[in-house]
Amino acid sequence: MLLEVENLCVNYGHIEAIRDISFGVKEGSITSLIGANGAGKTTTLKTISGLRKVRQGKVVFDGKDITHLPPYERVKLGISQSPEGRGCFPGMTVRENLDMGAYVRNDRRSAAYLSDLDRVFELFPRLKERISQTAGTMSGGEQQMLAIGRALMAKPRLILLDEPSMGLAPKFIQQIFSIITEINHQGTTVLLVEQNAAQALKRSDSAHILETGAIVRSGTGRELAGDDSVRAAYLGGDV
Amino acid sequence: MNFDFLFNNFAELTVTGLAFGAIYALIALGYTMVYGVLQLINFAHSEVFMYGTFAALWTTMLLVGDSSVSTMKGIGVLLLALVAAMAMSATIALVLERVAYRRLVKNNSPRLIALISAIGASFVLAELMGLRDRIAGWFGLEDDLQRYVAGARINRSMPNVLDNKQLFPIGDYQVTSIDVLVIVSAIVMMVVLDQFVRRSRLGRGIRATAQDPETAALMGVNSTRAVQMTFLLGGLMAGAAAFLYMLKIETTKFDVGFTLGVKAFTAAVLGGIGNLRGALVGGLILGVAENWGSALFGSEWRDVVAFVILVVILLFRPTGILGESLGKARA
Repeated sequence: MLLEVENLCVNYGHIEAIRDISFGVKEGSITSLIGANGAGKTTTLKTISGLRKVRQGKVVFDGKDITHLPPYERVKLGISQSPEGRGCFPGMTVRENLDMGAYVRNDRRSAAYLSDLDRVFELFPRLKERISQTAGTMSGGEQQMLAIGRALMAKPRLILLDEPSMGLAPKFIQQIFSIITEINHQGTTVLLVEQNAAQALKRSDSAHILETGAIVRSGTGRELAGDDSVRAAYLGGDV
Repeated sequence: MNFDFLFNNFAELTVTGLAFGAIYALIALGYTMVYGVLQLINFAHSEVFMYGTFAALWTTMLLVGDSSVSTMKGIGVLLLALVAAMAMSATIALVLERVAYRRLVKNNSPRLIALISAIGASFVLAELMGLRDRIAGWFGLEDDLQRYVAGARINRSMPNVLDNKQLFPIGDYQVTSIDVLVIVSAIVMMVVLDQFVRRSRLGRGIRATAQDPETAALMGVNSTRAVQMTFLLGGLMAGAAAFLYMLKIETTKFDVGFTLGVKAFTAAVLGGIGNLRGALVGGLILGVAENWGSALFGSEWRDVVAFVILVVILLFRPTGILGESLGKARA
C-alpha cells in the first residue's frame, strides 16, 4: 500500500468530523471516497495532506508514519492535493500558479521541468492559451483544470483530488474523468473524492462510501456500482 | 491661509515632502506586508524603526566621535550605519514575530488579541530604549557606556559625517545631496523589494500565503517561514528608513517611532493596505500633502492635514488609492 489510513479520528472543535476511518490506497490505483455533502470526504483528504490535526489514528505513506508531519514536508514526500472549489491563487497568472505547484522542486530551469509543464498543457490545452491570464478571472472549469495541473507540477506519487467535477458543465465532466484516468496511466496514484458517484465508481479500482464520518461500504468500483443499495442512494437508480 | 508662502516655497516644500514621504513609504512597507500575510496590524513596527535609528546613531558615534572625517571615510561610515540599522531593525522584527505573534497565529486566536499583544510589545520596546541608562546601571555599565545610554529620554543628534552639498536648483530651492540620497535610495529599495516578492521563490511563497494560506501549505510553503520572512523584509526596510531618517532629521529619541509609525500606517492605508506599490504612492502623497498643508495653514496643522486627507480619500475609495491586497494585486 502506498497510503494507509488507520483508525483515523478528526474533530472540529467538539464535533467529530470523521470517526475511526481505515482504508488503503494501492500504488498505481485509482481509489475513490464517495459520499454526500458533510460525510467527511474533504476532511479525510485535508488530514492526509496535514491541514487537519489528528485526534487519534495514523496516516502512513510509503511505510513512513506521517501523522504529525507538517503539510509542506508531506509535499516533499510526494503527496500533492488539488483542493476543493476555487483553490487557485486568484492574483497569480496561470504560469505562476503552475510554478507554485512546483514550489518544492529545485529544478525550475531544467528541461525536465519544461517537459512537465508541456505535459500539463497537453492534458489541458486551455491552460496554455491562458498562460498569462490571472487565475481569478477564469471560469470555474478552467480554475479546476489549473488546480489539477498545478498539483501535477509537484511530480507527486500520490495525487489527492477533491471534487474535480464540481461545478463543471456535463460535457466537461466526462472529459475531466478521462484526464484523471490518463494521469493514472502515466503512473500517478490517485485518491479521488467525488459526489459524482457514477463516474467515479466507473473509473476506480477500489472505492469506499462515507456516511456521517464513517466508512459504511468498501469494494471495487465495479462491485459498488452494481450494488443495489449503493445505486439507490448514490446513483439515482441507474448508471 | 498663507498662499503666498506656499507658492514662494513650492519647490522646497515639494522636495522635502517627497523625502519625508519616501521615509514614510519604507516604514509603511512593514505594516502593509504583515497585514497582507496575517491580516494583523503590527503596531510595534514603529519600534522596529526606532531601534534602527539608534543603531545608525551609535554606529556613527562609535566610528566618528566628535572629529570630522574625510568624504571617503564619511561614506564608509554611513554605509556601516545603514547596515547596522537594517540589521538591528530586522532582528527586532524577528524577535517580535517570535515572541509576540507566533503562538497567537498558530492557535488561530482572534485578531484583537494579536493587536493587544502588538500594542504591549510596542510599549515594552519603547520603554526598554527609554530606560536604557537605568538598565545599564543594573549591570554597573553606566559609566563605560555614558555616551550611548545617557539622556535616554531627550533628543540625541547624529554626528555630522557628510557635507550636505547643494546639487542643483529647482525654482528657488537648492536640492541637496541628502534630499536626492533619501528619495533615490528609498525608491531603489522599493523596486528591489517589489521584484523580490514578485519573482523569487520565497517571494512567491509569501504572496501565496497572503492569498490563501491553506492552499499555500498544500504547495509545500512553510507558512511559519513565510511569516518570518515577511517580518524580516519589513524590518530591513524599516532599518533603511531609520538610516535615511537620521541623515535627514539627524536626531532621535526613544519615542520617535510613535508619530512616524502612525504616519507610515496612514500612508499604508492611504495607498491601499496590503499593497506594496500602494505604500510608495501613499507615502509620497502624504509627505508632500503634509508639507503643502503646513505651509498653507501653519505648521501646527501638519498632522491635521495628514489625517483629513486620509479620511477624505477613504470616504471615496475605502480600499485606498491603489486598493487590492498583497495577495490579489498582480505585482
